[in-house]
Amino acid sequence: MSSSAAREKVVTDIPLDQQLLNACAALLLLLSFAMLSQRRIVSLVSLLAVQGAVLAAATLLIAWRTGEGHLYFSAALTIALKVAFLPWLLHRLIRRLQVYWDTEPLLNISATMLTGIVIVVFAFGLAQPITHLASTATRDAIGIAVAVVLLAFLMMITRRKAMSQVIGFLSMENGLFFGAMSATYGMPMVVELGVALDVLVAVLVLGVFFFQIREQFDSLDLHHLERLSERR
Amino acid sequence: MRPGPIVAQALEIAVALAAAPLFLGWVNQCRAWLANRGAPSMLLPYRNIRKLFHKDAVLAENASPLFRIAPYIVFGTMVVAAGIIPSLAGRLPLVVAADAIALVGLFATARVFLSLAAMDVGTAFGTLGARREMMIGFLAEPALLMVIFVASLISATTALPAISAHLASERFTIDPSLAFIGVAFTLVLLAENARIPIDNPATHLELTMIHEAMLLEYSARHLALMEWASALRLFNYACIGFALFVPWGIAARDIGPFGLTLSIPVLALKLAAAGGGLAVIETVSAKLRIMRAPEFLASAFLFAVLGLLVHVLLGGA
Repeated sequence: MSSSAAREKVVTDIPLDQQLLNACAALLLLLSFAMLSQRRIVSLVSLLAVQGAVLAAATLLIAWRTGEGHLYFSAALTIALKVAFLPWLLHRLIRRLQVYWDTEPLLNISATMLTGIVIVVFAFGLAQPITHLASTATRDAIGIAVAVVLLAFLMMITRRKAMSQVIGFLSMENGLFFGAMSATYGMPMVVELGVALDVLVAVLVLGVFFFQIREQFDSLDLHHLERLSERR
Repeated sequence: MRPGPIVAQALEIAVALAAAPLFLGWVNQCRAWLANRGAPSMLLPYRNIRKLFHKDAVLAENASPLFRIAPYIVFGTMVVAAGIIPSLAGRLPLVVAADAIALVGLFATARVFLSLAAMDVGTAFGTLGARREMMIGFLAEPALLMVIFVASLISATTALPAISAHLASERFTIDPSLAFIGVAFTLVLLAENARIPIDNPATHLELTMIHEAMLLEYSARHLALMEWASALRLFNYACIGFALFVPWGIAARDIGPFGLTLSIPVLALKLAAAGGGLAVIETVSAKLRIMRAPEFLASAFLFAVLGLLVHVLLGGA
């Protein structure tokens, strides 16, 4: 009884901004699962935008809490790139390519979600030693960041359409960003700018790829890319 | 034992018995309003039950005694469950006698007898309904247990009144794990009470029925008891939800006249809000195909497990 009373004290003593940050982390995890279970590509893009917005909110919270000026810039970058520009680009691609639905994923949705739970447990275990090493106040969220990365991996593995895989890739980048932020209060500004540029270029190049793939195979299903052949 | 607690306990059960059809009527009224239909009277479920009690029962020729007994068992378990759930006060004789896990067991008992009775006569629809009910049940039960486990983990006890007292006494914090299990509980409530995404309580199409299909063979007083029992089940689930997520206003210690007169209007307010919310959920969502039901309940389970994981990672550190 005394131990539970002691723990209760710790729980109630968490300051408000920490609580909000925990809520953001939990929301990120939830959004990852929502993306895992979503069949419509249009909704996937909206979920990605929401994930970006939550990420920006978390960044702002950490910036305000620690007083690290460059985090404000990175929050602004996140909003501009991940909430506004990339979703707009993806929506445009969807309209031009006419892909609104993914085909049935390789694993059915319930099985994917149960696998997701196992992955989250694994990620939490994996993050435990890092959590002990880190000295930031936000270190509890590292496990969630690792889980978001691995869940995005799972999404890329189970989906067939190139579009959903790109969205998985972007979600993975969100997870990495959140991980860096909770472990070390963000990467240096130069690195962050570089990563943002990389993501931007990657999506632009992949957009061109989509058109090429569709021209070759009349479909965006990556299934067709699995066989090598000399013939056209 | 002093007579006070027993009187209070009897009052709690009486309130549950009286309020359950009224709550059902209120939900139906809200749904009618939201759908722009003329709303039926809130008292309609009472009138229905009264009408059914005055009719003569007709039984199928090959009905076994189980078919006759089942309504009494189902109704009885729901009444006991209503006694166990701390809807008005926390320190009543029945409330402290059983914990939340026993409560889930009681619900399971009612489900088993309902399904057995549905299969007893041997009509196609009864069997179909029973099978579907069991499918929903075996998926919903782990989710409900998981919700209860997370709540017990937070408050270090499985007794429902202690959990609600603990949650009520805590300072207000933004707890993501509670939010997750709240969503999970709502999904389970919808599935277990044959509400819209899983089953349509107002349907007349036998092929899509789950709960109603099991009651097709019943008439008169048996049907009245079954309908009363399902109203009670909805009421019970709502009260479990209140005990876990809005525990304020349940008389924790004081079970004298003052505590109870305070907690009855609070319960009425909560029920009114919950009924409105339930009607909104049912109006905005479409009924799922039965094959999508496992997905729906898997997400309920997922929410509950996420609540657990988030609590372990963020709350316990």
